[in-house]
Amino acid sequence: MAPPTVGGMLLSHGGEPSPTGGPVARWSVEQVLALAPDDASRTAGGRLGADTAWTGTGHDTAGAVWGLCGGSGGAAYRTVVDTTGPAYSCSCPSRKFPCKHALGLLLLRASDDAAFRPGEPPDWAAAWVGARRGRAAKEGGPATGGEAARGPADPAAARKRAERRAERVTGGAQELEQRLADLLRGGLAATDRAEYGLWEETAARMVDAQAPGLAARVRELGAITGSGPGWPARLLEECGLLHLLDTAWLGRERLPDPLAATVRTRVGLPVSPEGAPVRDHWLVLAQYDTPDGRIVARRIWLYGRESGRTALLLSFGAAGRSPAPALPVGATIDAELTPYPGGGQLRAELGEQFGTLAPAGPPPGIAASAAPAVYGDALREDPWLDARPVTLRDVIPVPVKDGWQLADAHADSALPIAPAAVSRPGLWKLVALSGGGPVTVFGEIGHRGFDPFAAWDPVQAEEGGGAPGGSIVPLV
Amino acid sequence: MPRTTGPTARTATTDAPSPAAAAAPTTDTAAARASVGSLPWEELVTSALLGTDRRPPAPRGGPAPVPADAPRALLDAAARHTVRQRAGLLPAVPGTRPEPAARDPRPALPEAARHRLARLLADRAAPSGSGRRGAAPDLTELIPQWLATANRQGYRAPAALLPALLDAARARTDLRPQALAFAGPRGLWLAGLNPDWKFALRGAASGALHPDVSDPEAVSRLWEEGLFAERVALLDAVRAQDPPAGLALLATTWPAERAEDRLMFLDSLRSGLGGDDEPFLERALSDRSRNVRATAAELLSALPESALAGRMAARAMSCVGPDRTGDTPSIAVEAPHECDAAMQRDGVAAVPPTGRGERSWWLGQLVEATPLGSWEERFGGRPAEEVVALPVADDWAGELHAAWCRAAVRQRNPRWSRALLGHPSAPPADGPGTASIAERSKLLAILDQAERASWVAEFIAAHGLSEAFQLLGVCTVPWAGPLGRAVVDALDIARDGGSYPWSFSGVMGLAERCLDPAEADRLEVLTAAQDEQEGASPGAGGYWSEAFQRLVSTLRLRAAMEAELLS
Repeated sequence: MAPPTVGGMLLSHGGEPSPTGGPVARWSVEQVLALAPDDASRTAGGRLGADTAWTGTGHDTAGAVWGLCGGSGGAAYRTVVDTTGPAYSCSCPSRKFPCKHALGLLLLRASDDAAFRPGEPPDWAAAWVGARRGRAAKEGGPATGGEAARGPADPAAARKRAERRAERVTGGAQELEQRLADLLRGGLAATDRAEYGLWEETAARMVDAQAPGLAARVRELGAITGSGPGWPARLLEECGLLHLLDTAWLGRERLPDPLAATVRTRVGLPVSPEGAPVRDHWLVLAQYDTPDGRIVARRIWLYGRESGRTALLLSFGAAGRSPAPALPVGATIDAELTPYPGGGQLRAELGEQFGTLAPAGPPPGIAASAAPAVYGDALREDPWLDARPVTLRDVIPVPVKDGWQLADAHADSALPIAPAAVSRPGLWKLVALSGGGPVTVFGEIGHRGFDPFAAWDPVQAEEGGGAPGGSIVPLV
Repeated sequence: MPRTTGPTARTATTDAPSPAAAAAPTTDTAAARASVGSLPWEELVTSALLGTDRRPPAPRGGPAPVPADAPRALLDAAARHTVRQRAGLLPAVPGTRPEPAARDPRPALPEAARHRLARLLADRAAPSGSGRRGAAPDLTELIPQWLATANRQGYRAPAALLPALLDAARARTDLRPQALAFAGPRGLWLAGLNPDWKFALRGAASGALHPDVSDPEAVSRLWEEGLFAERVALLDAVRAQDPPAGLALLATTWPAERAEDRLMFLDSLRSGLGGDDEPFLERALSDRSRNVRATAAELLSALPESALAGRMAARAMSCVGPDRTGDTPSIAVEAPHECDAAMQRDGVAAVPPTGRGERSWWLGQLVEATPLGSWEERFGGRPAEEVVALPVADDWAGELHAAWCRAAVRQRNPRWSRALLGHPSAPPADGPGTASIAERSKLLAILDQAERASWVAEFIAAHGLSEAFQLLGVCTVPWAGPLGRAVVDALDIARDGGSYPWSFSGVMGLAERCLDPAEADRLEVLTAAQDEQEGASPGAGGYWSEAFQRLVSTLRLRAAMEAELLS
């Protein structure tokens, strides 16, 4: 799991209407629901997705949608959505983003085209849409990373600050080494006592040392103790890797550049996207949020049709707020991504978007037997990696004694499904889609097994409904 | 990844730049460290668990690291081992693949309908936090209707929605038959893999899947060897197709069945009950089990031509007859003084429930089992309405009318049901038959759909909605025009009466599900907020307008749902 790198994470989503002026793709209901910041908004938005809730609904050819939603009293809320962003504006006081009105409007748009009158936006909507488009046009080139753009004016002072921070991290790494050594000397068995408080205290010390990556790893160690049979072995593995990270940081001068960048990221130093932007047709494979302390981390996996690259958009939001932006699973966007530095790093930042494209099928997958090697190879560049994204072709979910496997439909090999995924409802969706036959699945392969994120409906693929290769079904 | 496949390290990663090498020690403890690295993983874990002070990580007889250095040497070795092990993971050996699900030949749902189902099911799984629903429709309540229409149209369930569908059916038993029919062979296949959905398999055994009754040999084999639930399903199926054949099947094994099973099988004879069953039922009156005897008697009494019905009629006639003492025709009642063995053999329970007198208890049972037609004869050929209207002596009216009601329901006699229901606009307490709403809804169920709807419509027009809930429950959906109009008018009147709409939430909820969607336009005018009426409860107008909005939007939604499925 990549550590949260707070800072440099704000994504500018200054979308621009499709320059070709072609028809803007309407989103499906699932895609809209995927934009909701939480379940409550999803439900509330769903209720507002009926035409009785709306008046004055309309859309223009460039992707703007608007409508008035009657509130619980008084004036109606004015809701505008620019679907090319997507970006939302609503006069309601909700702090959720997008709010239930924006979701309801998009849901209505997804389910009932006839409810929208094509034309020019009314004045109240035109002002916002115009301002947005004006801004997008003025910005011109690709949006650059917030951190880099807002970068300090004085390079010398910046270097000084970076050095000071590195010193503190070094202090933290040395302290952590000492604590690990003390722990090993006394034995891991000590951590199984209820009053054991070393993890929390150590994590706090690492936060003080401005090494959030180390802090997160230490906190995860605390969850391993007593986590079922074999926990001492798992704890020793993670202690070993933490020790490896410490020593790598302390000896970073002697590491090759990409590995050093990986170590900096893993320790938790702020990094900014750099390198040449990659423009491609990116298929949104998966989007899911995980709580990460008091903030929510959102991961969006993209696959570039032309480049064959897989990229990760990682963003963070404070509790109760949706990390921006959300992209609907199954959509294909024409956009530029700027990669982050580091060996084997898949994280990227979303730059300028040029429009949405017709839905397309799954990436060309690999056989189950080839998946472990993908992960193994990636460990060369990042030994702390827990998993690697991969699309599996023709696999069949198989129940086994203590869990599930994805078995190759044509060969005698299988991948165990990660324990965390076995207890998720998505597993049953995957099993249902398969019906005992082969499916294409996107997910992460790692040392805990395979974690499925999305699958393509094989029956639909066969019958030729929806997108070629079947429509994508999110499993997380 | 399973360790069973062996952490076979591929050399690929060992020549990768090692971050650990960057901090490689330069002291002469390097040799000791290297020997720690050669220890098997299990040794490393043991040493780590017990502590390097107690269990130094060293090979037997080999050089041990100095104690101060031992933890670091151990961590180095653990890191190396972990990365090597992870990099060298191999695929696992596949388990036995499940048998593929049977093909489902039904066509896929139209896209709009698929989205709709996804939303209905999602709403069930994540109901709104607040109890008040505002003006938005209650989507969960629409699932049954959606499923019924989809099944009528013969659509296949989308595979990705099967888990949510099975979860919904698990939570609500009333959804199960339709949900399982819709889920089809793949739903059943899926349920076989998840213990949470066991109920689906039970359903399959007890009748969701219809047993094949065309092959007599298979039928008799299943009857001889099947599980109890399978046998009940089989008997029901045979009985539905050919009642005498079902009876014959049951007769082959009847004496050998256990008493509880005999009771259940006897119950299966309710469908297609006819004169042919009488000899069998008559024999069952001498059954060893009291419950079997009682059920046989009940079934026989539903056959007006049966000998038992005749015997009961004779007993009842001796207790109830025209009173010839007064000037006006009326009914005299002389309840039985004993419950003899013959009565008990005919199913009369001798011991009354606590709080009831023996004699009235016996009388009730006699009248209940007496063919209703014989009363018309007894009272000089008067039609049912007149018999019911006759005054009854000595406060026996309640007992007698209640027994007639039960008889009308048991014998499914619409003529007497109508008579006992009386005129819908008459005040319930003055009715000839029964004032009880529960009894009335049972009587209504005997009448045909149109008559039922118009009776309830008139009842509502005369008495409002406060007692209509149960009566509306027996009317067919969607409500016929006059009934729907009566309900809407009554709601409108209730609003003008100034009370809060949640006093009528039961009827409102029914109306959302049962009103013909075509009524939506007529209802639209009611959604407008009205000025506060004098004497009205504060704020009631706003809530009413909201309730009507929800009614209209639910009706519109139902119309849209239907349209999506019919397109």
